[in-house]
Amino acid sequence: MADSVSNAPAEEKRTFTINFGPQHPAAHGVLRLVLELDGEIVERVDPHIGLLHRGTEKLIEYKTYLQAIPYFDRLDYVAPMNQEHAFCLAIEKLAGIDVPRRAQIIRVLYSEIGRILNHLLNVTTQALDVGALTPPLWGFEEREKLMVFYERASGSRMHANYVRPGGVHQDLTPQLVDDIGEWCEQFPQKLRDIETLLTGNRIFKQRNVDIGLVTREDALKWGFSGVMVRGSGMAWDLRRSQPYEIYNELDFKIPLGKNGDCYDRYLCRVEEMYESTKIMQQCVKLLKQTPGPVMPEKSKYAPPRRAEMKQSMEALIHHFKLYTEGFHVPAGEAYAAVEAPKGEFGVYLVADGTNKPYRVKIRAPGFPHLASMDYLCKGHMLADVSAVLGSLDIVFGEIDR
Amino acid sequence: MSQSLEDLGAHIKSSMTNAIEDVGVAFGELTITARAEQIPAVITFLRDDPRGRFTTLIDICGVDYPERTNRFDVVYHLLSMHLNQRVRIKVETNEDTPVPSIASIYPCADWFEREAFDMYGILFANHPDLRRLLTDYGFQGYPLRKDFPLSGHVEVRYDAEQQRVIYEPVKLTQAFRNFDFLSPWEGMTLPGDEKAKEG
Repeated sequence: MADSVSNAPAEEKRTFTINFGPQHPAAHGVLRLVLELDGEIVERVDPHIGLLHRGTEKLIEYKTYLQAIPYFDRLDYVAPMNQEHAFCLAIEKLAGIDVPRRAQIIRVLYSEIGRILNHLLNVTTQALDVGALTPPLWGFEEREKLMVFYERASGSRMHANYVRPGGVHQDLTPQLVDDIGEWCEQFPQKLRDIETLLTGNRIFKQRNVDIGLVTREDALKWGFSGVMVRGSGMAWDLRRSQPYEIYNELDFKIPLGKNGDCYDRYLCRVEEMYESTKIMQQCVKLLKQTPGPVMPEKSKYAPPRRAEMKQSMEALIHHFKLYTEGFHVPAGEAYAAVEAPKGEFGVYLVADGTNKPYRVKIRAPGFPHLASMDYLCKGHMLADVSAVLGSLDIVFGEIDR
Repeated sequence: MSQSLEDLGAHIKSSMTNAIEDVGVAFGELTITARAEQIPAVITFLRDDPRGRFTTLIDICGVDYPERTNRFDVVYHLLSMHLNQRVRIKVETNEDTPVPSIASIYPCADWFEREAFDMYGILFANHPDLRRLLTDYGFQGYPLRKDFPLSGHVEVRYDAEQQRVIYEPVKLTQAFRNFDFLSPWEGMTLPGDEKAKEG
């Protein structure tokens, strides 16, 4: 017996493979992770994505520019207007459309609402992934109020289709602007309440501190953007470094992390929410001072006013042509990016001079983040996979497209 | 802004004359056209050059022009967070000619190249793991090519008898219609109209 033991080959390392998802509450959507485990240590992660692939880029090639905008709401459905914004910026770049100032302020206001919508969801569900149930309930109450602001501006809680090339679809009512201002007054207190549940929480810290460390070099190599680089201490924010709309006039800070772990990224997101509230307050103030159109007047990219259509034959023809044929964008290629809540959301638009885009490539921030899952999780425990996944801020609408 | 981009473009072109075919600035963006087989050298140069420092790979994507002999463009977008500048590099290829992979230079290129392979069938040489990424397991064809139909070739449904999901050829109850709204009058000068501008 002793012989047979000594003759047996040295005990082989036995890894076993498990499926994490596609239906797993911590997978933030439909993600299938094939995990190779040695005991509870993760050896290899192979994300299988595409379960939510809808062929957005192909569909857009068959739609006019105006018809393509709603597809952008359905990418990152947690912060819809930020995506529309990037697409419209790309069109405006190619066609050379000037955006009226009031429309710029509204866009910034709603971009920041989108950021808070996203961070509230992410921060609280990250807490949910590591075992805290209350924060999502508190966070979703505030999200609900923000979605009502979406609805009052665009008519839809999520899929807004509100940003248009040249401006935004409709003006905000003074009442709505006042209500947003009031919301900004009470929100920081609500956020502090959520923070009391998490920031100093022993279990939350045990699960997040020193988990999923990203150094600066890693963040650059892996193509990270947004909170994923800021959490590692890189001061990079497109709102500051390549400002669009009116961001260069606004006063806001860019929170940075120090260690690049999941906990620092959580802190960055919370701080960003306070900063976004400040930006919103400034926008509310500016909106009250700035009357004016929200679409360019007498432009072939914007519809004519209804009253004008009753009198003018040209306006009527223009309206009909705009909503059937659509407008033509001059041939060329442009890349426009915005600082979406998750990072750099870019649209690479190739136009061939017709009324439909020739090619639209959507650069989703979550895509390179998820690509690094194998690198980030290697050597961590199985339970840390969901903590890392939560702090990457993954939404499958934009990754699978 | 565009002057500094033009300077940068001229600098890149003079440093890598045998790899770069063309440099241009349009809409405030620098675009470099390079030779496909030289792409790793170009990317490495852009990453390490002190005037470039393009340390972040933003995106890789394909564009299809079926009428060309080299039908695909592979478009790389790079960003320098240090110097706050962007560059776009384009190379041409076709269905059979692989483009050298840059996954060893930027690890995130792995997935971007897999996506371009999945969507267009663009091959990348020396890629560590060139599998399909976004499409279904066992998917046939390359969906973003211009000759791939919008409706696809197969559809899925649950079959109650076989008690599993089955694939069937697409049946359209109404023929697919791609409306062409392009006006024949657009951009056309009617006889006599050219005089209007002169006056």
